[in-house]
Amino acid sequence: MDAAKNKYSIIVPTYNERLNIALIVYLIFKHLRDVDFEIIVVDDGSPDGTQEVVKKLQTLYGEDRILLRPRPKKLGLGTAYIHGLKHASGNFVVIMDADLSHHPKYLPSFIKKQLETGASIVSGTRYVKGGGVHGWNLIRKLTSRGANVLAQTLLWPGVSDLTGSFRLYQKSVLEDVISSCVSKGYVFQMEMIVRASRKGYHIEEVPITFVDRVFGSSKLGGSEIVEYLKGLVYLLMTT
Amino acid sequence: MKHVLKLISLLVVISALWIGLLQASVIPQSHTWLLPIYFIVSLGCYGLLMVGVGLMRFPTCPQEALLLQKDIAEAKDFLKQKGVDVGSD
Repeated sequence: MDAAKNKYSIIVPTYNERLNIALIVYLIFKHLRDVDFEIIVVDDGSPDGTQEVVKKLQTLYGEDRILLRPRPKKLGLGTAYIHGLKHASGNFVVIMDADLSHHPKYLPSFIKKQLETGASIVSGTRYVKGGGVHGWNLIRKLTSRGANVLAQTLLWPGVSDLTGSFRLYQKSVLEDVISSCVSKGYVFQMEMIVRASRKGYHIEEVPITFVDRVFGSSKLGGSEIVEYLKGLVYLLMTT
Repeated sequence: MKHVLKLISLLVVISALWIGLLQASVIPQSHTWLLPIYFIVSLGCYGLLMVGVGLMRFPTCPQEALLLQKDIAEAKDFLKQKGVDVGSD
């Protein structure tokens, strides 16, 4: 694959990220100096003025580099990716969060790994040496580790970080995998990588650090755990 | 083949081995009957061990929070210059 001819479409779903979207765009441009890329912002009708900020960024960086493709309201992550994919002109697609828990400084390592190995998917993992998490207390780490061990034992997924959403896909691979996924939320991220693994796609991992920006919010209530277990059983039965 | 079928076939093979052991009486019957319990308990202990070890070795990156703050400050400076609104949220 001729590296010079690759274009990377970075899909960033947003909801109320007026400040973070500007920061993340700056950091992406800073770390991808000699790369052909475009940023596709899929905003779900944010009331805080996110889209106005994006338009300002467009005048700064160019409308061919930053695409604003909004939707009228919150319609879910999976459909946000599908919507972004429709407008992606690159042969590679990166998905990442807008809240700076995923740092653009890792983008070059994703690209390099893919070029070195010819992988169909490069997945960022927080759980290996060189990666890591900041901002999680002991309970949070325990549930994360427990959930991971359970998923590894039941599913044999072939990746170390199942719920991560910082990934690089070959565009055709993403289109193929996403069409067969039906889950919501983080189970969706798990379903994507497990289905890709089952289909035999070449998946590589790179370490990433994850700084949790959602301070104090309890994402791990009883209902979250039930949802997770239901998701595991669903994946066990259907993949 | 669906993954659950792979697991089931693995279970079937292990069960066949266990029944074989029961028939062959290589090990005293009283022990053989308890083998499934030993197996499940070992699996549980292995799981707990994996969770414990993983928790101890959980990779953290406190310096990343600082680096991120630096990056945010740098980005805010640049954007302010260029007239992009970076008021706090």
